[in-house]
Amino acid sequence: MKLLAFIVVSLTGALLLYGTAEFSDWGDPNSPASLHVSNYYIEKTYEETHAPNFVTAVVTDYRGFDTMFETAVIFCAGLGCFLLLRDFREKKEYFYRHIPTGVILHVKDGKKKITTGKEFEYMDKDWVPQDLINRTACRILIPFIQIYALYVVAHGDYSPGGGFQGGVIFGSSLILLAISYDLQTLVERIREKLLGILAATGVLIYAGIAAICMPMGGNFLDYGKLAPLLPAGSHVRALGMLGVEIGVGIAVMAIMVIIYINIVSVGRHDEGL
Amino acid sequence: MHWPIDLIVLTFVIFCAIAAISVKDLLSTAILFSAYSFLMCLLWTVMGAVDVAFTEASVGAGVSTVFFVAAIFRTSRRTKD
Amino acid sequence: MSDLLSLIIAKYNYWLYVILMMIGLYAMIAKNNLIKKIVGMNIFQTAIILFYVSIGYKTNATIPIIKSADTGHGMVVRAADYINPLTSCLMLTAIVVSVATFGFAMALTVRIYRRYQTLEEDELRMRLSE
Repeated sequence: MKLLAFIVVSLTGALLLYGTAEFSDWGDPNSPASLHVSNYYIEKTYEETHAPNFVTAVVTDYRGFDTMFETAVIFCAGLGCFLLLRDFREKKEYFYRHIPTGVILHVKDGKKKITTGKEFEYMDKDWVPQDLINRTACRILIPFIQIYALYVVAHGDYSPGGGFQGGVIFGSSLILLAISYDLQTLVERIREKLLGILAATGVLIYAGIAAICMPMGGNFLDYGKLAPLLPAGSHVRALGMLGVEIGVGIAVMAIMVIIYINIVSVGRHDEGL
Repeated sequence: MHWPIDLIVLTFVIFCAIAAISVKDLLSTAILFSAYSFLMCLLWTVMGAVDVAFTEASVGAGVSTVFFVAAIFRTSRRTKD
Repeated sequence: MSDLLSLIIAKYNYWLYVILMMIGLYAMIAKNNLIKKIVGMNIFQTAIILFYVSIGYKTNATIPIIKSADTGHGMVVRAADYINPLTSCLMLTAIVVSVATFGFAMALTVRIYRRYQTLEEDELRMRLSE
């Protein structure tokens, strides 16, 4: 089997290399990829959309249709993880630990989680002693990570960044909360229903901004026709791009958290890493 | 762009890729995969595609590694080959 | 033979990209563990993205963001000064799709492990045929 794989891989590699023998040199400004449409994008983007970052302008404005379906793909991946793994069976046994002495209580047939006082703490089945330094450092760091994520979304037009990157950073700050404390802390703060609604709202914002252009007299995703809705004197296409990126950021943030929670707890949403 | 940087980082990338699929412990695969992703991000920065590098840094060396370690936590950590 | 050697040295980067792609393809075909196959798939995807992004590079050009000294009326933006933004934009979508596929593949492996208690392909084949 490995010999067959090796032969197949060598043949494919040889074919690909034979194809690259005719490519132009690396870094050539006259290579075929850099000649036709991309010159138009570089020269005309700032006049038409007033966004200095060409890549964000091309991704969200000139090729906005691709990005809309990319957001739909992320949404479908999160939806698929939820449908595959989610397990709605009730949890029956709970473990509580008495902090001064270290004694562990095991409740076998509980219906709900008992609210404990200060001396008992709720623990997972595979509990490790949690470091105070770890928890405090992460607790201080998380709001700054979230502010940075919002900065990256808002400055997508001016510096490298954009909706998707900011959404991933925001989602990973919430995952940091789940890792440094425990999964129950995250699930109690941000319910699963809110995450589902946020994911759908993100895709709806994108498709909604694209669809609003149609009654205003343009095509789908034609941000130039949104001018009556926005304050006078603003760059209409740049604001349309910003709105669309906010939609992508919200959707991606919710989906990253949904996928993480479902994988790490195998759908039961009770205990994790 | 200076070709020594390109060559050295590409060599490290190939080493990381070969090592990531050859080790027997899946946690080592996760860490090597994260290093591979970070070296790719460096390559793209050197080539000038900063948006792609930003995305790969946040996705590959961030969220993707967390998903990998979470999946290993819930399945087995050893592999036979 | 020296012709082949000069060809390799002139286009060394394409050779390295193709080697990386073939490492990923080999892992997808020949490895037994499901998670190694997924890692191979991701190596393949990032190698393809690297190949595309390297096509868009131009020598002596800068990143595709207009420098602030140029923003104003009557400025001239020359296409040879900035690298190609189109390849970067297409590859952004590719990275997003690859992370979505990776997350979903991890969910599938966790589910398979819960049902069959193994992740090796030959053992899975035996248990499926029982």
